[in-house]
Amino acid sequence: MPPDHWRVLVAIPAFNESATVAGVIASIRETGDYDVLVVDDGSTDGTATVAAAAGARVIVLPFNLGVGGAMRTAFVTAMREGYDRVVQVDADGQHDPAEIASLLEATETCDIAIGARFAGAGDYDVHGPRRWAMTILARSLTRVTGTTLTDTTSGFRANSRRAIELFAQRYPAEYLGDTVESLVIASRAGLTVAQVPVSMRVRQGGAPSHGTMRATLNLGRATLALAVALSRRADAQAES
Amino acid sequence: MNQSQILGILAALGTLAFVVAMLRRGILREKYAVLWLLVSFSLLVLAVAPRLLTWAAEALGIAIPSNLLFLITGVVLLLVSVQLSYEVSRLENRVRRLAEEVAILNERTAPSPPDGPDNH
Repeated sequence: MPPDHWRVLVAIPAFNESATVAGVIASIRETGDYDVLVVDDGSTDGTATVAAAAGARVIVLPFNLGVGGAMRTAFVTAMREGYDRVVQVDADGQHDPAEIASLLEATETCDIAIGARFAGAGDYDVHGPRRWAMTILARSLTRVTGTTLTDTTSGFRANSRRAIELFAQRYPAEYLGDTVESLVIASRAGLTVAQVPVSMRVRQGGAPSHGTMRATLNLGRATLALAVALSRRADAQAES
Repeated sequence: MNQSQILGILAALGTLAFVVAMLRRGILREKYAVLWLLVSFSLLVLAVAPRLLTWAAEALGIAIPSNLLFLITGVVLLLVSVQLSYEVSRLENRVRRLAEEVAILNERTAPSPPDGPDNH
């Protein structure tokens, strides 16, 4: 089990997830004594009200910034308030809060622990171009981070204090670039990454944020973001 | 001085006057105004002395002088649009930062979260 004295902030970026966010908050609170922060990313369906009613702390972005902006808001908050760990959990319920403890435990020896879908637990499968793009991303990032990664676009991860401080300063804004590029930024800054096998649940409700075509396109963008991130010099500090 | 020359001089003067007026009203920041002042001033010089363009074209081995003008125009416009894209990206980053800070401050000052924000 992770140390008891850690102050842990579970951050949930949410964009129009009022159907599922309350359930996610409730199941997180069942699993442990975590502070739960929902960053409402410009939702128009009352996500903020639902989340607050479910007992979470809510920060409302004035307009949609994407997951990257929502997470940076969470990292800035965590940094200023002295949290030891930030765990990112999706609002659609596909991440099992019971796995938060194992992610946190992994951050005793690394800075970023990624909950990975293809690492042997649960049944979750994709095919075609999407799979290929994910493989390319995984192989490139395995080389960059020096640790075997299979599911680089997973938004289920735990971050150490060092990672919090880094990401409060620099966190990529592009969609899906946030998950991929953040690993490059972290590695270049000397942070360590590890992968933890987790099982994923089926979305509990709400429409999937993208169809297959859209998902493939987004992975193409993520690949581009990765290429750009890799081409940057390690010491280059982009204003973002 | 032929008609097309007079037209050129008037157009250049008009551009110059327009840029100066925008600058005086504080609509245009100096860093952008300098460029347009240079462009409209060059236009004025060329309108007054079209010979300059002919000489420059000959010196560079360009057969038709107007092609040199088109080339310069194209290059200037390209550079300007790249510079504007850079400025827009920088502004977007700053707006994002500000939006995040506003959200954080709002949470600290407001007792309960506001209803859904309007989307723009």
